[in-house]
Amino acid sequence: MNALHDSATMLRRNLRHALRYPALTIATIATPILMLLLFVGVFGNALGTGVGGPSKDDYIGYVAPGIILMAVASGCMVTSVSVCVDMTEGIVSRFRTMPIARSSLLTGHVAGSMIQTLLSTFAVVLVAVAMGFRTNGTVLDWLGAIGLLTMLTFALTWLAVVMGLVAKNPEGASNSPLLVQFLPFLGSAIVPPESMPAGVRWFAEYQPFTPVIETLRGLLMGTPVGRDAWISVAWCAGIAVVSYVLAKRLFNRAR
Amino acid sequence: MTNSVEQTAIHVAGLRKAFGDKVVLDGLDLDVRRGTVFSLLGPNGAGKTTTVQILSTLIGADAGDVRVAGCDLARDPEGVRRAIGVTGQYSAVDGLLTGRENLIMMADLHRLGRAAGRRAADELLERFDLAEAGRKQAAAYSGGMRRKLDLAMTLIGGPRIIFLDEPTTGLDPRSRRTMWGIIRELVRGGVTVFLTTQYLDEADQLADRVAVLDGGRLVADGTPDELKRLVPGGHVRLRFADLASLDAAARALGTRTRDDEALTLQVPSDGGVRALRELLGRLDAHSIEVDELSVHTPDLDDVFLALTGRPENEAAPA
Repeated sequence: MNALHDSATMLRRNLRHALRYPALTIATIATPILMLLLFVGVFGNALGTGVGGPSKDDYIGYVAPGIILMAVASGCMVTSVSVCVDMTEGIVSRFRTMPIARSSLLTGHVAGSMIQTLLSTFAVVLVAVAMGFRTNGTVLDWLGAIGLLTMLTFALTWLAVVMGLVAKNPEGASNSPLLVQFLPFLGSAIVPPESMPAGVRWFAEYQPFTPVIETLRGLLMGTPVGRDAWISVAWCAGIAVVSYVLAKRLFNRAR
Repeated sequence: MTNSVEQTAIHVAGLRKAFGDKVVLDGLDLDVRRGTVFSLLGPNGAGKTTTVQILSTLIGADAGDVRVAGCDLARDPEGVRRAIGVTGQYSAVDGLLTGRENLIMMADLHRLGRAAGRRAADELLERFDLAEAGRKQAAAYSGGMRRKLDLAMTLIGGPRIIFLDEPTTGLDPRSRRTMWGIIRELVRGGVTVFLTTQYLDEADQLADRVAVLDGGRLVADGTPDELKRLVPGGHVRLRFADLASLDAAARALGTRTRDDEALTLQVPSDGGVRALRELLGRLDAHSIEVDELSVHTPDLDDVFLALTGRPENEAAPA
């Protein structure tokens, strides 16, 4: 109960930060939208042919789920910067000397970031639809997709918290997440792994983003999902649990 | 909440802390009575901040027995946290929030309730002369305003013991006096204050007891007056035009601490007007011309030189 009350206070603080300093939020929405414009509007014809569809109208059906996932990834990663900024300032020391739930600072960050990421992902979906993205998913499929994206957001946000706690300064905290943001490119986000060279292809097939993208595609575009759904859930749960445990330990240890 | 009748707010025995192989606190003992101001005095790196960080549950100690507000620090840190408030050396305010929002956040964390929290925030803003600034983001505040907001945030939970780690370092003289006024007012309200400072005059102004920390140990402990008596640094420095005048003055005043190269003489004195008048009178009586006169009151340097027995100390008259 206390933890919930304190986390809610911290969440209000984080949402205020997002409103007062919207540059980060805007960047996380703008990046995937630019990707969408770039990959569909500029490279769409060539990539579409490569992927097997005749035109860029078909390609948007392939790439949009990938870009939506990138929106989630880049949204979550902002958390590492805000956590790191907090840790380098005196306010966290103040919180630590107060009789409040220790983890509330982190849960406040995670809750705030999840709200922001899900909103910015929604914006990206809207742009994709405006650009001609059409799904044949049912309401149930959409609910499944929202559930999957929420799980992924939760897992990646905790991972970002760990990165923020590990980083020595905000610059470092904004660099390490680039790896995670780059991963979807080496998966099935833009082009199918089958088209990649052998080594990269092996990596692309087994890295966590690929099953999530494939599940999302399955739900929204009606392609076969198969085992990918369960592999996705397992990856999300695994990343979330490991990151959460690490984050708590790092936070309690830090200085 | 523990509200024991014992008169000790903070009890520390044998406190030790090392970072790697650098020993910061080497067996610290101290007692702070309830409702008093205790000042821990020391140069940079003496271990003042480390002491505050340990006593305020921020970092752990390697060894030692510590009780704060009757709670054992090692076994009941939550109990300690319920009783204390901390204003650290580096401002612990949220720059993106306004002053008022910062205070309301603290009120929420202390479970004051919505209406009571807002009332308390507005009262504190009024009391610290921040009512106008309360609507602005704290990032735009001056150093003095930030420090005041910081202290207001510490006070909103009604702590019984307050740790102030160098609360006036970097403040201009006016903000400094304002801060002193606020601290005095707190103590009148029954709060215990644990204050660290580099400034002897600050300890002199505020503290009931002063302890001097050097190299992780207390080298002196007493009232400000007791401490100053340990410091033989107060003197008047006279400079003469030539060696003859210096010789004459040294004979007339019977002082041994002379510097033939600089043509100066150090005369022990409290630097008061009466003492100066008497000193100049004696020089006049012997028709000795003084080129330059300067008064040196004891400062922290003198305290440390005196207490740690470093070479400079030998020059001071016993």
